[in-house]
Amino acid sequence: MSPAQPPEAEPTENPLPQGRVVLDQADIDRALTRISHEILEHNKGAADLVLLGIPTRGVGLARRIAARIATTEGTEVPVGALDITLYRDDLRKQPTRGPHHTEVPVSGVDGRTIVLVDDVLYSGRTIRAALDALKDLGRPDVVRLAVLVDRGHRELPIRADHVGKNLPSARSERVLVRLDEYDGVEGVWIA
Amino acid sequence: MSVLIKGARLYGADAVDLLLEDGVIREVGSVSASADEVVDADGLIALPGLVDLHTHLREPGREDAETILTGSRAAAAGGYTAVLAMANTSPVTDTAEAAERVLDLGRAAGLVDVQPVGAVTKGLAGAELAELGLMARSRARVRVFSDDGKCVGDARVMRRALEYVRAFGGVVSQHSQDSALAGPTACCHEGEISGRLGLPGWPGIAEEVIVARDVMLARHTGSRVHVAHVSTAGSVEVVRWAKAQGISVTAEVTPHHLLLTTDLLTGYDNGEARGAYDPVYKVNPPLRPAEDVEALRAALADGTIDAVATDHAPHARHDKEHAFVDAAFGMLGLETALSVIASVMVEPGRFDWRDLARVMSTTPARIAGLEGQGGELVEGAPANLTLVDPAAEITVDRDASLSLSRNNPWHGRRFAAAVHSTYLRGQRTHQR
Amino acid sequence: MKKHLLSIDDLTTDDIAMLFATAAEMHEVQRRDVKKLPALRGRTVINLFFEDSTRTRSSFEIAGKWLSADTINITGKGSSTSKGESLRDTVLTIASMGVDALVMRHSASGAAEQVSHWIDAAVINAGDGTHEHPSQALLDAYTLQRRFGSEGQLGSLDDKHVLIVGDLTHSRVFRSNVLCLTKLGARVTVVAPPTLMPSGVGPWSAEAGYATSYDLDEVLPKADAVMMLRVQKERMSGGFFPSPREYTVGYGLTRERLAVLGPDVPICHPGPMNRGLEIAADAADAAQSAVLEQVSAGVAVRMAVLYHLLAGEASA
Repeated sequence: MSPAQPPEAEPTENPLPQGRVVLDQADIDRALTRISHEILEHNKGAADLVLLGIPTRGVGLARRIAARIATTEGTEVPVGALDITLYRDDLRKQPTRGPHHTEVPVSGVDGRTIVLVDDVLYSGRTIRAALDALKDLGRPDVVRLAVLVDRGHRELPIRADHVGKNLPSARSERVLVRLDEYDGVEGVWIA
Repeated sequence: MSVLIKGARLYGADAVDLLLEDGVIREVGSVSASADEVVDADGLIALPGLVDLHTHLREPGREDAETILTGSRAAAAGGYTAVLAMANTSPVTDTAEAAERVLDLGRAAGLVDVQPVGAVTKGLAGAELAELGLMARSRARVRVFSDDGKCVGDARVMRRALEYVRAFGGVVSQHSQDSALAGPTACCHEGEISGRLGLPGWPGIAEEVIVARDVMLARHTGSRVHVAHVSTAGSVEVVRWAKAQGISVTAEVTPHHLLLTTDLLTGYDNGEARGAYDPVYKVNPPLRPAEDVEALRAALADGTIDAVATDHAPHARHDKEHAFVDAAFGMLGLETALSVIASVMVEPGRFDWRDLARVMSTTPARIAGLEGQGGELVEGAPANLTLVDPAAEITVDRDASLSLSRNNPWHGRRFAAAVHSTYLRGQRTHQR
Repeated sequence: MKKHLLSIDDLTTDDIAMLFATAAEMHEVQRRDVKKLPALRGRTVINLFFEDSTRTRSSFEIAGKWLSADTINITGKGSSTSKGESLRDTVLTIASMGVDALVMRHSASGAAEQVSHWIDAAVINAGDGTHEHPSQALLDAYTLQRRFGSEGQLGSLDDKHVLIVGDLTHSRVFRSNVLCLTKLGARVTVVAPPTLMPSGVGPWSAEAGYATSYDLDEVLPKADAVMMLRVQKERMSGGFFPSPREYTVGYGLTRERLAVLGPDVPICHPGPMNRGLEIAADAADAAQSAVLEQVSAGVAVRMAVLYHLLAGEASA
């Protein structure tokens, strides 16, 4: 049995991935700004909003969105982390992995508008697991999804409300997101 | 029925022919006479048939573990022509009738001379003397008495027993275990390993204080005393001192105490990982550390320990398939004894084959008072002998055992020497 | 991680760090409204206890249930005197019902290891005789790391001086703790009267790297954490110590000794406590006592153990 994975960011073997850049730092910034505005527009303000990032990089993205909302609306929106490791539907098929940290803001989730934030939307299974995890935390009013990249190939009926970039990809390709606060570099590569 | 054994090395020395006829050795030397059967013994060593002072045949009472017949087969396979069957059967052999019953069952099996041992106390309860005299006068001619399994702990009872058996030249064989120092749950040599594994300790002193007491009692009563399965260096010191004082004490040691150590309980055997707490290594007295094993070997070499005795203790599988603390005590030993002693004493040069014959045949026969066993292999002597192949190169397979039981600590081990065949009064009782 | 948890020696320091990180997350579940995680759904865990224990058994039971496993409690029969079914037959019968894990407590040292050779399921040692109690040592170390940490971060046991005091000879908690604490870098001193020191402690302690002392008052001021072990009054009949009051005066955590400890020095006890014998009521209830935290940590740590042994793909 292989050793359990440690609960921090998946190790980046090479900070500068191979492949071509589809989003550079400036692109990411603009996308996040647009997403933040969309969220506020959709929600008609910041009331009852809670941002929950999915570890690892979803958390960093959620914080950035919260910062932009604070600048635009002057409101501090609660930010947290929602780890989905224990809710994965493929637990039995892999070596056991330790969970990441789940941080539920003091506001809780009951009656709130939760915006799940993740870096890449692919099969949809991660988000499905996130919905299961969320259900055990409480009962939000509304759940929305914001992702930096949607690369298609959904295996479940799940869609994002806010998308940074639609990125059609082949299954054989890898989409790699790197953020400064975790990886020291910034960008989205496809390889 | 005559058998001509050709070219066997007598006591490991020069090769001779042996003609066996009508139960005796008819001729020794260069034999030209014909015989019904000729055995090519080239490369084999001829020794007197082995005599085991300490065997558990389990019948009557636990025939699921061993019977006198299956035990006899195992004994013959081990080169034995006589075994002393311990009294802790069910019912206990504490009457003349019980002793004669064991004798008759042994004769019916006809593979080895089964000499019953009589209990020292009634029911092995340690309180009242059993009918020692009646057992001695019976057809079984009991001379060795033992409560083995248990210790005769009461000093007064032990004294009386030692005195009483003088009347008929008997000897008490003591399982030395002070019950206050090593109680019924004690199962692992008390030391670092018992501490680490959390097993109830069986300290060496629990044996030594009884050995010391008994040799003093023997001196006081002028009697013979025999120490069963000596296991510690301290016990060896006491016996050595006692002999130097002229006290009539003899001692035996088991093959397993000469080779196996308490380390085996940790699950490592020569660096190879097996399971820890394996009940196959649970025995009473327990396996000891290497220092004790070396002291026992030295004592066997210098004569402080007189004999090797197997303490063959068969157990039904389910009696060993318990947690270590709950499992039954004891190991098989008849079939492998000679191979082990050859490996531990002959191969390193501490013994020659004559020495081995002395401790495994001649001296045990003398201690037990068995005439016709263990004698010199000369013309006219009873044809009780075993042929040993010093280069057999065997790997012990517990499932190939002739015993009914499988609690064999030697499984998988390799030995150079092994018994080739055994003859009881000229009849072959075993052939490899 | 190895398939079974029989001894602390089955875990590397990385394994322990992983377990503690997971336990920290599992700990949060205890505070939630819905105390359920789906990770072990469909797994069957049997708690096979041959020895009485409400505390450990219910801790494992809750841990399994909160992870959505099916947990069943079976009371094992068969003390050392009963000659019924062999232990092997007993566990084979249970295992053949299709069990993923056996959490076992037995009065015989080594029983868990022996059982692990007989069945396919994962075996978790919940206490075997006087040998080991690995999940107890894990929760003790985890509790201490929480105390030495800050703001929800686990601290380190590196170079911390931990005392373990009491009946060491008969204690599986001592054996597991000494292995776990030294593995995590702590300096351990064990304190007991000579009659309650385990046999062979000299060479063993030298090799394992812990110190021994007969004098509690000498080592107490230097302690960063104190672990008191339960003493059984029945030990008096074995000649281990003459009277309870003599034991308390020599080796109990009395009110006077409590005063010697700094207020930040955690006091641990695996329970159940003999108040007034090995631990004064004042010490048991002091603010620095970690006894209740140990219990709550126990569930989280056991959840982590069950998760890491059972959630992923089955090991060979």
